[in-house]
Amino acid sequence: MNQIALLGALESGLVFGLVAFGVFISFRILQFPDLTVDGSFPLGAAVSATLIVGGHDPWLATGIAALAGGAAGLVTAWLNVRLKILHLLASILTMIALYSVNLRIMGKPNVALLGEETLLTPFESGSLPYYVTTPMVFAVIVLLILVALVAFLYSETGLAMRATGANPRMARSHGIHTGRMVLLGMALSNALVAIAGALFAQSQGSADVTMGVGVIVIGLASVIGGEAVMSTRTMLLSIIACLVGAILYRLAIATALNLDLLGMKAQDLNLVTAVLVTAAIVFPGMKRSLKGVFARGDSP
Amino acid sequence: MISLRNIVVTFGLGTPLETQALRSVDLDIEKGEFVTVIGSNGAGKSTLLNVLSGEVLADSGHLQIDNEELTRRPTHARANLVARVFQDPLAGTCEQLTIEENLALASARGRRRSLRRALNPQLRERFREQLERLGLGLEDRLGDRMGLLSGGQRQAVSLLMASLQPARILLLDEHTAALDPKTAAFVLQLSNEIIHEHHLTTLMVTHSMRQALDVGTRTVMMHQGRIIFDVAGKERRGLDVPDLLALFEKRQGETLSDDSLLLSG
Repeated sequence: MNQIALLGALESGLVFGLVAFGVFISFRILQFPDLTVDGSFPLGAAVSATLIVGGHDPWLATGIAALAGGAAGLVTAWLNVRLKILHLLASILTMIALYSVNLRIMGKPNVALLGEETLLTPFESGSLPYYVTTPMVFAVIVLLILVALVAFLYSETGLAMRATGANPRMARSHGIHTGRMVLLGMALSNALVAIAGALFAQSQGSADVTMGVGVIVIGLASVIGGEAVMSTRTMLLSIIACLVGAILYRLAIATALNLDLLGMKAQDLNLVTAVLVTAAIVFPGMKRSLKGVFARGDSP
Repeated sequence: MISLRNIVVTFGLGTPLETQALRSVDLDIEKGEFVTVIGSNGAGKSTLLNVLSGEVLADSGHLQIDNEELTRRPTHARANLVARVFQDPLAGTCEQLTIEENLALASARGRRRSLRRALNPQLRERFREQLERLGLGLEDRLGDRMGLLSGGQRQAVSLLMASLQPARILLLDEHTAALDPKTAAFVLQLSNEIIHEHHLTTLMVTHSMRQALDVGTRTVMMHQGRIIFDVAGKERRGLDVPDLLALFEKRQGETLSDDSLLLSG
Protein backbone atom coordinates (compact mmCIF):
# COMPACT_ATOMS: atom_id res chain seq x y z
CA MET A 1 0.00 0.00 0.00
CA ASN A 2 1.41 3.37 -0.92
CA GLN A 3 1.43 6.46 1.23
CA ILE A 4 -1.56 8.07 -0.48
CA ALA A 5 -3.72 4.99 0.04
CA LEU A 6 -2.60 4.76 3.68
CA LEU A 7 -3.42 8.39 4.38
CA GLY A 8 -6.68 8.02 2.49
CA ALA A 9 -7.65 5.11 4.74
CA LEU A 10 -6.70 7.18 7.79
CA GLU A 11 -8.81 10.07 6.50
CA SER A 12 -11.96 8.02 6.00
CA GLY A 13 -11.22 6.13 9.22
CA LEU A 14 -11.38 9.45 11.07
CA VAL A 15 -14.66 10.35 9.37
CA PHE A 16 -16.18 6.97 10.19
CA GLY A 17 -14.84 7.32 13.72
CA LEU A 18 -17.53 9.97 14.13
CA VAL A 19 -20.09 7.51 12.78
CA ALA A 20 -18.81 4.96 15.30
CA PHE A 21 -19.25 7.50 18.14
CA GLY A 22 -22.85 7.97 17.02
CA VAL A 23 -23.48 4.23 16.75
CA PHE A 24 -21.90 3.72 20.16
CA ILE A 25 -24.33 6.21 21.71
CA SER A 26 -27.41 4.61 20.16
CA PHE A 27 -26.55 0.89 20.20
CA ARG A 28 -24.36 0.69 23.27
CA ILE A 29 -25.39 3.47 25.60
CA LEU A 30 -29.10 3.73 24.87
CA GLN A 31 -29.53 0.10 23.69
CA PHE A 32 -31.43 1.59 20.76
CA PRO A 33 -30.65 -0.19 17.45
CA ASP A 34 -30.79 2.86 15.19
CA LEU A 35 -30.69 2.62 11.40
CA THR A 36 -31.44 6.33 10.94
CA VAL A 37 -27.69 6.60 10.39
CA ASP A 38 -28.03 5.44 6.77
CA GLY A 39 -30.18 8.52 6.20
CA SER A 40 -28.50 11.06 8.46
CA PHE A 41 -25.05 10.49 6.92
CA PRO A 42 -26.18 11.60 3.42
CA LEU A 43 -28.38 14.22 5.10
CA GLY A 44 -25.27 15.84 6.58
CA ALA A 45 -23.59 15.65 3.18
CA ALA A 46 -26.62 17.06 1.34
CA VAL A 47 -27.17 19.95 3.73
CA SER A 48 -23.54 21.00 3.86
CA ALA A 49 -22.94 20.59 0.10
CA THR A 50 -26.07 22.55 -0.82
CA LEU A 51 -25.16 25.37 1.55
CA ILE A 52 -21.53 25.47 0.36
CA VAL A 53 -22.61 25.61 -3.29
CA GLY A 54 -24.98 28.40 -2.25
CA GLY A 55 -21.95 30.40 -1.12
CA HIS A 56 -22.18 29.89 2.64
CA ASP A 57 -19.29 29.46 5.02
CA PRO A 58 -18.26 25.76 5.11
CA TRP A 59 -17.99 25.70 8.93
CA LEU A 60 -21.48 27.14 9.22
CA ALA A 61 -22.66 24.63 6.61
CA THR A 62 -21.17 21.76 8.65
CA GLY A 63 -22.78 23.13 11.82
CA ILE A 64 -26.19 23.27 10.18
CA ALA A 65 -25.66 19.75 8.85
CA ALA A 66 -25.13 18.66 12.46
CA LEU A 67 -28.40 20.33 13.48
CA ALA A 68 -30.22 18.62 10.61
CA GLY A 69 -28.80 15.25 11.71
CA GLY A 70 -29.88 15.99 15.28
CA ALA A 71 -33.39 16.70 14.04
CA ALA A 72 -33.45 13.37 12.19
CA GLY A 73 -32.43 11.59 15.40
CA LEU A 74 -35.17 13.44 17.28
CA VAL A 75 -37.77 12.21 14.78
CA THR A 76 -36.73 8.58 15.29
CA ALA A 77 -36.65 8.96 19.08
CA TRP A 78 -40.01 10.72 19.05
CA LEU A 79 -41.60 7.93 16.98
CA ASN A 80 -40.36 5.47 19.57
CA VAL A 81 -40.84 7.39 22.83
CA ARG A 82 -44.10 9.20 22.09
CA LEU A 83 -45.80 7.03 19.47
CA LYS A 84 -44.45 3.77 20.95
CA ILE A 85 -43.24 2.44 17.60
CA LEU A 86 -40.63 -0.33 17.94
CA HIS A 87 -37.17 1.34 17.88
CA LEU A 88 -35.84 -0.58 14.89
CA LEU A 89 -38.96 0.17 12.83
CA ALA A 90 -39.01 3.82 13.92
CA SER A 91 -35.45 4.24 12.66
CA ILE A 92 -36.22 2.51 9.35
CA LEU A 93 -39.17 4.85 8.80
CA THR A 94 -36.98 7.90 9.37
CA MET A 95 -34.24 6.47 7.16
CA ILE A 96 -36.69 5.91 4.27
CA ALA A 97 -38.20 9.36 4.71
CA LEU A 98 -34.73 10.92 4.66
CA TYR A 99 -34.07 9.53 1.20
CA SER A 100 -36.82 11.81 -0.16
CA VAL A 101 -35.76 14.66 2.10
CA ASN A 102 -32.17 14.43 0.85
CA LEU A 103 -33.31 14.51 -2.79
CA ARG A 104 -35.43 17.57 -1.99
CA ILE A 105 -32.56 19.35 -0.24
CA MET A 106 -30.17 18.82 -3.15
CA GLY A 107 -32.81 19.11 -5.85
CA LYS A 108 -30.99 16.35 -7.72
CA PRO A 109 -29.29 13.03 -6.87
CA ASN A 110 -25.87 14.59 -6.30
CA VAL A 111 -24.10 17.89 -5.78
CA ALA A 112 -20.50 18.41 -6.86
CA LEU A 113 -18.19 20.45 -4.65
CA LEU A 114 -15.24 20.68 -7.04
CA GLY A 115 -13.77 24.16 -6.96
CA GLU A 116 -16.02 25.23 -4.06
CA GLU A 117 -14.72 26.71 -0.84
CA THR A 118 -14.85 23.82 1.68
CA LEU A 119 -13.41 23.79 5.17
CA LEU A 120 -10.35 22.07 3.68
CA THR A 121 -9.63 24.83 1.15
CA PRO A 122 -7.66 27.16 3.51
CA PHE A 123 -5.21 24.33 4.26
CA GLU A 124 -4.55 23.44 0.64
CA SER A 125 -2.47 26.51 -0.18
CA GLY A 126 0.47 25.40 2.03
CA SER A 127 3.45 23.30 1.07
CA LEU A 128 1.84 20.00 2.09
CA PRO A 129 -0.25 18.02 -0.42
CA TYR A 130 -4.02 17.64 0.12
CA TYR A 131 -3.75 13.97 1.06
CA VAL A 132 -1.66 14.96 4.07
CA THR A 133 -3.53 18.08 5.16
CA THR A 134 -7.02 16.53 4.92
CA PRO A 135 -6.38 13.77 7.50
CA MET A 136 -4.59 16.32 9.69
CA VAL A 137 -7.57 18.68 9.68
CA PHE A 138 -9.96 15.81 10.26
CA ALA A 139 -7.81 14.45 13.10
CA VAL A 140 -8.01 17.80 14.91
CA ILE A 141 -11.81 18.00 14.42
CA VAL A 142 -12.39 14.39 15.49
CA LEU A 143 -10.14 14.67 18.56
CA LEU A 144 -11.93 17.84 19.69
CA ILE A 145 -15.27 16.07 19.32
CA LEU A 146 -13.88 13.02 21.16
CA VAL A 147 -12.78 15.15 24.14
CA ALA A 148 -16.15 16.94 24.28
CA LEU A 149 -18.07 13.65 24.00
CA VAL A 150 -16.08 11.97 26.77
CA ALA A 151 -16.55 15.01 29.02
CA PHE A 152 -20.28 14.83 28.33
CA LEU A 153 -20.48 11.10 29.14
CA TYR A 154 -18.80 11.73 32.50
CA SER A 155 -21.15 14.64 33.31
CA GLU A 156 -24.29 14.34 35.43
CA THR A 157 -26.45 14.40 32.30
CA GLY A 158 -24.20 11.91 30.52
CA LEU A 159 -24.38 9.56 33.49
CA ALA A 160 -28.17 9.88 33.45
CA MET A 161 -28.14 8.93 29.76
CA ARG A 162 -26.00 5.86 30.44
CA ALA A 163 -28.33 4.79 33.24
CA THR A 164 -31.33 5.26 30.94
CA GLY A 165 -29.98 2.67 28.52
CA ALA A 166 -28.69 0.29 31.17
CA ASN A 167 -31.63 0.28 33.60
CA PRO A 168 -34.52 2.58 32.66
CA ARG A 169 -36.69 1.62 35.64
CA MET A 170 -33.94 2.42 38.10
CA ALA A 171 -33.16 5.62 36.20
CA ARG A 172 -36.75 6.82 36.50
CA SER A 173 -36.84 6.04 40.20
CA HIS A 174 -33.85 8.37 40.60
CA GLY A 175 -35.66 11.20 38.85
CA ILE A 176 -34.28 10.76 35.34
CA HIS A 177 -36.71 11.64 32.56
CA THR A 178 -35.80 8.60 30.44
CA GLY A 179 -37.87 9.65 27.41
CA ARG A 180 -36.03 12.95 27.25
CA MET A 181 -32.68 11.16 27.59
CA VAL A 182 -33.51 8.98 24.58
CA LEU A 183 -34.43 12.09 22.57
CA LEU A 184 -31.22 13.85 23.58
CA GLY A 185 -29.02 10.81 22.94
CA MET A 186 -30.51 10.06 19.54
CA ALA A 187 -30.16 13.69 18.49
CA LEU A 188 -26.52 13.69 19.60
CA SER A 189 -25.84 10.39 17.85
CA ASN A 190 -27.28 11.46 14.51
CA ALA A 191 -25.72 14.94 14.74
CA LEU A 192 -22.31 13.23 14.94
CA VAL A 193 -23.17 11.03 11.95
CA ALA A 194 -24.32 14.07 9.96
CA ILE A 195 -21.02 15.85 10.71
CA ALA A 196 -19.27 12.75 9.38
CA GLY A 197 -21.42 12.97 6.22
CA ALA A 198 -20.57 16.66 5.82
CA LEU A 199 -16.83 16.03 6.22
CA PHE A 200 -16.98 13.06 3.86
CA ALA A 201 -18.73 15.10 1.15
CA GLN A 202 -16.18 17.91 1.47
CA SER A 203 -13.19 15.59 1.25
CA GLN A 204 -14.65 13.52 -1.60
CA GLY A 205 -15.82 16.57 -3.52
CA SER A 206 -19.47 15.63 -3.79
CA ALA A 207 -22.62 14.67 -1.95
CA ASP A 208 -24.67 11.80 -3.29
CA VAL A 209 -28.08 10.56 -2.21
CA THR A 210 -26.87 6.93 -2.17
CA MET A 211 -23.75 7.53 -0.10
CA GLY A 212 -25.49 6.41 3.10
CA VAL A 213 -26.05 2.81 2.10
CA GLY A 214 -24.39 0.51 4.63
CA VAL A 215 -22.99 3.28 6.83
CA ILE A 216 -24.67 1.71 9.86
CA VAL A 217 -22.83 -1.55 9.24
CA ILE A 218 -19.48 0.24 8.94
CA GLY A 219 -20.27 2.08 12.18
CA LEU A 220 -21.13 -1.17 13.94
CA ALA A 221 -18.09 -2.93 12.51
CA SER A 222 -15.94 -0.11 13.90
CA VAL A 223 -17.50 -0.29 17.37
CA ILE A 224 -17.15 -4.09 17.48
CA GLY A 225 -13.66 -4.04 16.01
CA GLY A 226 -12.51 -1.48 18.55
CA GLU A 227 -13.88 -3.58 21.40
CA ALA A 228 -12.11 -6.64 20.03
CA VAL A 229 -8.65 -5.06 19.90
CA MET A 230 -8.55 -3.07 23.11
CA SER A 231 -9.90 -2.81 26.63
CA THR A 232 -13.14 -0.87 27.01
CA ARG A 233 -13.17 -0.86 30.79
CA THR A 234 -13.98 2.84 31.04
CA MET A 235 -16.04 5.26 28.95
CA LEU A 236 -12.89 7.04 27.77
CA LEU A 237 -11.42 3.76 26.52
CA SER A 238 -14.73 2.80 24.89
CA ILE A 239 -14.85 6.01 22.88
CA ILE A 240 -11.18 5.74 21.88
CA ALA A 241 -11.90 2.14 20.85
CA CYS A 242 -14.60 3.38 18.44
CA LEU A 243 -12.07 5.59 16.69
CA VAL A 244 -9.39 2.89 16.67
CA GLY A 245 -11.93 0.41 15.29
CA ALA A 246 -12.97 2.76 12.48
CA ILE A 247 -9.38 3.47 11.43
CA LEU A 248 -8.44 -0.23 11.57
CA TYR A 249 -11.52 -1.10 9.54
CA ARG A 250 -10.64 1.36 6.77
CA LEU A 251 -7.01 0.21 6.82
CA ALA A 252 -8.10 -3.41 6.54
CA ILE A 253 -10.37 -2.58 3.63
CA ALA A 254 -7.65 -0.58 1.88
CA THR A 255 -5.17 -3.41 2.40
CA ALA A 256 -7.56 -6.03 1.09
CA LEU A 257 -8.30 -3.99 -2.00
CA ASN A 258 -4.64 -3.22 -2.59
CA LEU A 259 -3.37 -6.75 -2.15
CA ASP A 260 -6.00 -8.07 -4.53
CA LEU A 261 -6.64 -10.58 -1.76
CA LEU A 262 -8.55 -13.68 -2.91
CA GLY A 263 -9.42 -11.77 -6.04
CA MET A 264 -11.64 -9.37 -4.10
CA LYS A 265 -12.76 -6.20 -5.74
CA ALA A 266 -14.26 -2.94 -4.49
CA GLN A 267 -17.77 -4.16 -5.15
CA ASP A 268 -17.28 -6.98 -2.61
CA LEU A 269 -16.86 -4.46 0.20
CA ASN A 270 -20.34 -4.66 1.69
CA LEU A 271 -20.43 -8.44 1.49
CA VAL A 272 -17.08 -8.70 3.29
CA THR A 273 -18.25 -6.21 5.93
CA ALA A 274 -21.46 -8.13 6.56
CA VAL A 275 -19.52 -11.40 6.92
CA LEU A 276 -16.99 -9.79 9.28
CA VAL A 277 -19.71 -8.25 11.49
CA THR A 278 -21.59 -11.56 11.60
CA ALA A 279 -18.41 -13.38 12.58
CA ALA A 280 -17.77 -10.85 15.31
CA ILE A 281 -21.27 -11.34 16.71
CA VAL A 282 -21.12 -15.12 16.61
CA PHE A 283 -17.49 -15.73 17.48
CA PRO A 284 -17.48 -16.47 21.23
CA GLY A 285 -14.11 -14.82 21.79
CA MET A 286 -15.83 -11.56 20.96
CA LYS A 287 -19.00 -12.36 22.84
CA ARG A 288 -19.01 -9.04 24.65
CA SER A 289 -19.18 -7.29 21.31
CA LEU A 290 -22.78 -7.40 20.19
CA LYS A 291 -24.37 -9.32 23.02
CA GLY A 292 -27.27 -7.36 24.39
CA VAL A 293 -27.64 -5.14 21.37
CA PHE A 294 -30.35 -7.18 19.75
CA ALA A 295 -31.23 -9.17 22.82
CA ARG A 296 -33.49 -6.50 24.25
CA GLY A 297 -36.69 -5.92 22.38
CA ASP A 298 -37.92 -2.86 24.23
CA SER A 299 -36.37 0.53 24.46
CA PRO A 300 -36.09 2.49 27.68
CA MET B 1 -48.26 13.10 55.55
CA ILE B 2 -49.10 10.68 52.77
CA SER B 3 -52.72 10.23 51.89
CA LEU B 4 -54.37 7.81 49.47
CA ARG B 5 -58.10 8.30 48.80
CA ASN B 6 -60.28 5.86 46.86
CA ILE B 7 -57.37 4.62 44.80
CA VAL B 8 -58.57 2.28 42.03
CA VAL B 9 -56.26 0.49 39.62
CA THR B 10 -57.54 -1.82 36.90
CA PHE B 11 -55.22 -3.72 34.59
CA GLY B 12 -56.29 -4.67 31.07
CA LEU B 13 -59.50 -2.64 31.18
CA GLY B 14 -62.01 -3.93 28.63
CA THR B 15 -60.06 -7.10 27.85
CA PRO B 16 -60.83 -10.67 28.97
CA LEU B 17 -57.86 -10.38 31.34
CA GLU B 18 -59.30 -7.37 33.16
CA THR B 19 -58.29 -7.44 36.83
CA GLN B 20 -58.92 -4.96 39.59
CA ALA B 21 -55.56 -4.72 41.31
CA LEU B 22 -56.73 -2.08 43.78
CA ARG B 23 -60.41 -1.50 44.64
CA SER B 24 -60.84 1.74 46.49
CA VAL B 25 -57.84 1.86 48.80
CA ASP B 26 -57.74 4.50 51.54
CA LEU B 27 -54.57 4.90 53.55
CA ASP B 28 -53.01 7.70 55.58
CA ILE B 29 -49.40 7.46 56.64
CA GLU B 30 -48.13 9.92 59.25
CA LYS B 31 -44.66 11.39 59.13
CA GLY B 32 -42.15 9.03 60.72
CA GLU B 33 -44.36 5.97 60.53
CA PHE B 34 -42.90 2.65 59.35
CA VAL B 35 -45.71 0.66 57.74
CA THR B 36 -45.31 -2.99 56.82
CA VAL B 37 -47.66 -4.38 54.18
CA ILE B 38 -48.57 -8.06 53.94
CA GLY B 39 -50.95 -10.05 51.79
CA SER B 40 -51.07 -13.04 49.48
CA ASN B 41 -50.02 -13.01 45.86
CA GLY B 42 -52.28 -10.73 43.86
CA ALA B 43 -53.49 -8.90 46.96
CA GLY B 44 -52.33 -5.59 45.52
CA LYS B 45 -49.23 -4.94 47.64
CA SER B 46 -46.92 -4.29 44.72
CA THR B 47 -49.55 -2.22 42.89
CA LEU B 48 -49.96 -0.06 46.00
CA LEU B 49 -46.21 0.48 46.04
CA ASN B 50 -46.15 1.22 42.31
CA VAL B 51 -48.94 3.77 42.73
CA LEU B 52 -46.83 5.54 45.35
CA SER B 53 -43.68 5.44 43.18
CA GLY B 54 -45.51 6.46 39.99
CA GLU B 55 -44.74 3.33 37.94
CA VAL B 56 -48.51 2.73 37.93
CA LEU B 57 -50.93 5.66 37.78
CA ALA B 58 -54.26 5.27 39.55
CA ASP B 59 -57.38 5.13 37.36
CA SER B 60 -59.29 7.12 39.94
CA GLY B 61 -58.79 8.49 43.43
CA HIS B 62 -56.19 10.85 44.83
CA LEU B 63 -52.65 10.51 46.11
CA GLN B 64 -51.13 13.37 48.06
CA ILE B 65 -47.86 13.82 49.87
CA ASP B 66 -47.88 16.81 52.22
CA ASN B 67 -50.91 18.17 50.35
CA GLU B 68 -49.09 17.98 47.03
CA GLU B 69 -51.25 16.26 44.42
CA LEU B 70 -49.24 13.39 42.89
CA THR B 71 -51.93 11.21 41.35
CA ARG B 72 -50.99 11.83 37.70
CA ARG B 73 -47.34 12.68 38.16
CA PRO B 74 -44.86 10.27 36.49
CA THR B 75 -42.10 8.50 38.42
CA HIS B 76 -39.20 10.74 37.45
CA ALA B 77 -41.09 13.89 38.40
CA ARG B 78 -41.79 12.69 41.94
CA ALA B 79 -38.38 11.17 42.63
CA ASN B 80 -37.60 14.13 44.89
CA LEU B 81 -40.32 12.86 47.24
CA VAL B 82 -40.10 9.09 46.84
CA ALA B 83 -37.09 6.80 47.29
CA ARG B 84 -37.31 3.14 46.41
CA VAL B 85 -35.47 -0.15 46.88
CA PHE B 86 -36.50 -2.92 44.48
CA GLN B 87 -37.02 -6.60 45.23
CA ASP B 88 -34.54 -7.71 42.58
CA PRO B 89 -31.00 -6.64 43.57
CA LEU B 90 -30.24 -6.29 39.85
CA ALA B 91 -33.09 -3.81 39.38
CA GLY B 92 -32.01 -1.18 41.87
CA THR B 93 -28.53 -0.58 40.53
CA CYS B 94 -26.83 -0.28 37.16
CA GLU B 95 -24.40 -3.13 36.66
CA GLN B 96 -22.58 -1.45 33.77
CA LEU B 97 -21.76 1.59 35.89
CA THR B 98 -19.21 1.69 38.69
CA ILE B 99 -20.17 1.78 42.36
CA GLU B 100 -19.32 5.48 42.61
CA GLU B 101 -21.27 6.27 39.43
CA ASN B 102 -24.34 4.52 40.84
CA LEU B 103 -24.02 6.55 44.03
CA ALA B 104 -23.52 9.75 42.01
CA LEU B 105 -26.73 9.03 40.10
CA ALA B 106 -28.58 8.59 43.36
CA SER B 107 -27.09 11.68 44.97
CA ALA B 108 -28.67 13.76 42.18
CA ARG B 109 -32.11 12.24 42.71
CA GLY B 110 -34.84 14.81 42.45
CA ARG B 111 -32.69 17.69 41.23
CA ARG B 112 -31.69 19.03 37.84
CA ARG B 113 -28.74 17.30 36.26
CA SER B 114 -26.10 19.65 34.88
CA LEU B 115 -23.20 19.26 32.46
CA ARG B 116 -20.74 19.38 35.34
CA ARG B 117 -18.69 16.29 36.11
CA ALA B 118 -20.82 13.73 37.90
CA LEU B 119 -17.98 12.84 40.29
CA ASN B 120 -15.54 14.97 42.25
CA PRO B 121 -13.19 14.41 45.20
CA GLN B 122 -15.70 15.68 47.79
CA LEU B 123 -18.40 13.32 46.53
CA ARG B 124 -15.97 10.40 46.46
CA GLU B 125 -14.99 11.13 50.06
CA ARG B 126 -18.66 11.25 51.07
CA PHE B 127 -19.36 7.93 49.29
CA ARG B 128 -16.33 6.31 50.91
CA GLU B 129 -17.57 7.29 54.36
CA GLN B 130 -21.07 6.02 53.60
CA LEU B 131 -19.78 2.71 52.22
CA GLU B 132 -17.49 2.19 55.20
CA ARG B 133 -20.44 1.79 57.55
CA LEU B 134 -21.68 -1.19 55.54
CA GLY B 135 -18.59 -3.09 56.66
CA LEU B 136 -18.36 -4.84 53.30
CA GLY B 137 -15.05 -3.36 52.22
CA LEU B 138 -16.72 -1.55 49.34
CA GLU B 139 -15.12 1.77 50.30
CA ASP B 140 -11.94 0.61 48.56
CA ARG B 141 -13.77 -0.48 45.42
CA LEU B 142 -15.44 2.77 44.32
CA GLY B 143 -14.28 2.30 40.72
CA ASP B 144 -15.46 -1.33 40.41
CA ARG B 145 -18.40 -2.13 38.22
CA MET B 146 -21.62 -2.79 40.13
CA GLY B 147 -21.99 -6.09 38.25
CA LEU B 148 -19.05 -7.52 40.21
CA LEU B 149 -20.96 -7.31 43.50
CA SER B 150 -23.11 -10.04 45.06
CA GLY B 151 -26.88 -9.67 45.42
CA GLY B 152 -26.62 -8.78 49.10
CA GLN B 153 -23.90 -6.21 48.49
CA ARG B 154 -25.93 -4.65 45.71
CA GLN B 155 -29.02 -4.48 47.90
CA ALA B 156 -27.00 -2.81 50.66
CA VAL B 157 -25.74 -0.24 48.14
CA SER B 158 -29.32 0.26 46.89
CA LEU B 159 -30.37 1.14 50.44
CA LEU B 160 -27.52 3.59 50.70
CA MET B 161 -28.53 5.11 47.36
CA ALA B 162 -32.10 5.55 48.56
CA SER B 163 -30.89 7.48 51.59
CA LEU B 164 -28.36 9.80 49.92
CA GLN B 165 -31.02 12.42 49.16
CA PRO B 166 -33.92 13.33 51.41
CA ALA B 167 -37.30 11.80 50.58
CA ARG B 168 -40.77 12.03 52.12
CA ILE B 169 -41.25 8.28 51.86
CA LEU B 170 -39.01 5.27 51.42
CA LEU B 171 -40.53 2.31 49.59
CA LEU B 172 -39.08 -1.14 50.27
CA ASP B 173 -40.44 -3.77 47.90
CA GLU B 174 -39.76 -7.18 49.46
CA HIS B 175 -36.18 -6.04 49.33
CA THR B 176 -34.84 -8.99 51.32
CA ALA B 177 -36.87 -11.70 49.54
CA ALA B 178 -34.20 -12.56 46.96
CA LEU B 179 -31.40 -12.91 49.53
CA ASP B 180 -30.18 -15.84 51.63
CA PRO B 181 -31.38 -15.70 55.29
CA LYS B 182 -28.12 -14.37 56.71
CA THR B 183 -27.79 -11.63 54.10
CA ALA B 184 -31.49 -10.84 54.41
CA ALA B 185 -31.05 -10.28 58.15
CA PHE B 186 -28.08 -8.00 57.50
CA VAL B 187 -29.98 -5.94 54.91
CA LEU B 188 -33.03 -5.69 57.18
CA GLN B 189 -30.83 -4.54 60.07
CA LEU B 190 -29.21 -1.96 57.81
CA SER B 191 -32.64 -0.76 56.64
CA ASN B 192 -33.69 -0.25 60.25
CA GLU B 193 -30.55 1.73 61.01
CA ILE B 194 -30.92 3.98 58.00
CA ILE B 195 -34.64 4.55 58.61
CA HIS B 196 -34.02 5.55 62.23
CA GLU B 197 -31.04 7.69 61.45
CA HIS B 198 -32.84 9.73 58.77
CA HIS B 199 -36.29 9.53 60.46
CA LEU B 200 -37.68 8.18 57.21
CA THR B 201 -41.35 7.56 56.67
CA THR B 202 -41.34 4.03 55.27
CA LEU B 203 -43.62 1.59 53.54
CA MET B 204 -42.28 -1.96 53.34
CA VAL B 205 -43.94 -4.75 51.41
CA THR B 206 -43.10 -8.21 52.71
CA HIS B 207 -44.15 -11.80 52.22
CA SER B 208 -43.31 -12.77 55.75
CA MET B 209 -45.80 -12.19 58.59
CA ARG B 210 -42.96 -12.60 61.04
CA GLN B 211 -41.01 -9.76 59.44
CA ALA B 212 -44.13 -7.62 59.17
CA LEU B 213 -44.59 -7.73 62.94
CA ASP B 214 -40.93 -7.61 63.93
CA VAL B 215 -40.06 -4.37 62.20
CA GLY B 216 -41.96 -1.13 61.79
CA THR B 217 -44.61 0.67 63.78
CA ARG B 218 -47.76 -0.32 61.90
CA THR B 219 -48.96 -3.30 59.86
CA VAL B 220 -51.45 -3.30 57.01
CA MET B 221 -52.88 -6.45 55.47
CA MET B 222 -54.24 -6.49 51.94
CA HIS B 223 -56.56 -8.98 50.28
CA GLN B 224 -58.03 -8.88 46.77
CA GLY B 225 -57.18 -5.25 46.21
CA ARG B 226 -58.42 -3.97 49.56
CA ILE B 227 -56.92 -3.15 52.91
CA ILE B 228 -58.60 -5.61 55.25
CA PHE B 229 -56.94 -4.55 58.44
CA ASP B 230 -54.58 -2.03 59.81
CA VAL B 231 -52.96 -2.31 63.26
CA ALA B 232 -50.54 -0.07 65.13
CA GLY B 233 -49.37 0.74 68.64
CA LYS B 234 -50.35 -1.38 71.61
CA GLU B 235 -52.72 -3.62 69.70
CA ARG B 236 -49.94 -4.49 67.27
CA ARG B 237 -47.31 -5.15 69.93
CA GLY B 238 -49.46 -7.90 71.39
CA LEU B 239 -49.88 -9.68 68.06
CA ASP B 240 -48.20 -12.84 66.91
CA VAL B 241 -48.38 -14.63 63.57
CA PRO B 242 -51.33 -16.90 64.59
CA ASP B 243 -53.22 -13.81 65.80
CA LEU B 244 -52.68 -12.21 62.41
CA LEU B 245 -54.09 -15.27 60.68
CA ALA B 246 -57.08 -15.31 63.05
CA LEU B 247 -57.64 -11.61 62.43
CA PHE B 248 -57.54 -12.25 58.73
CA GLU B 249 -60.19 -14.95 59.01
CA LYS B 250 -62.42 -12.79 61.16
CA ARG B 251 -62.30 -9.82 58.82
CA GLN B 252 -62.75 -11.89 55.73
CA GLY B 253 -65.38 -14.16 57.20
CA GLU B 254 -63.85 -17.06 55.36
CA THR B 255 -61.52 -19.93 56.09
CA LEU B 256 -57.95 -19.52 54.99
CA SER B 257 -57.16 -21.12 51.70
CA ASP B 258 -53.86 -22.81 50.99
CA ASP B 259 -52.81 -19.71 49.15
CA SER B 260 -53.29 -17.53 52.19
CA LEU B 261 -51.38 -19.96 54.36
CA LEU B 262 -48.33 -19.32 52.25
CA LEU B 263 -48.19 -16.02 54.05
CA SER B 264 -46.98 -17.46 57.30
CA GLY B 265 -43.72 -18.61 55.71
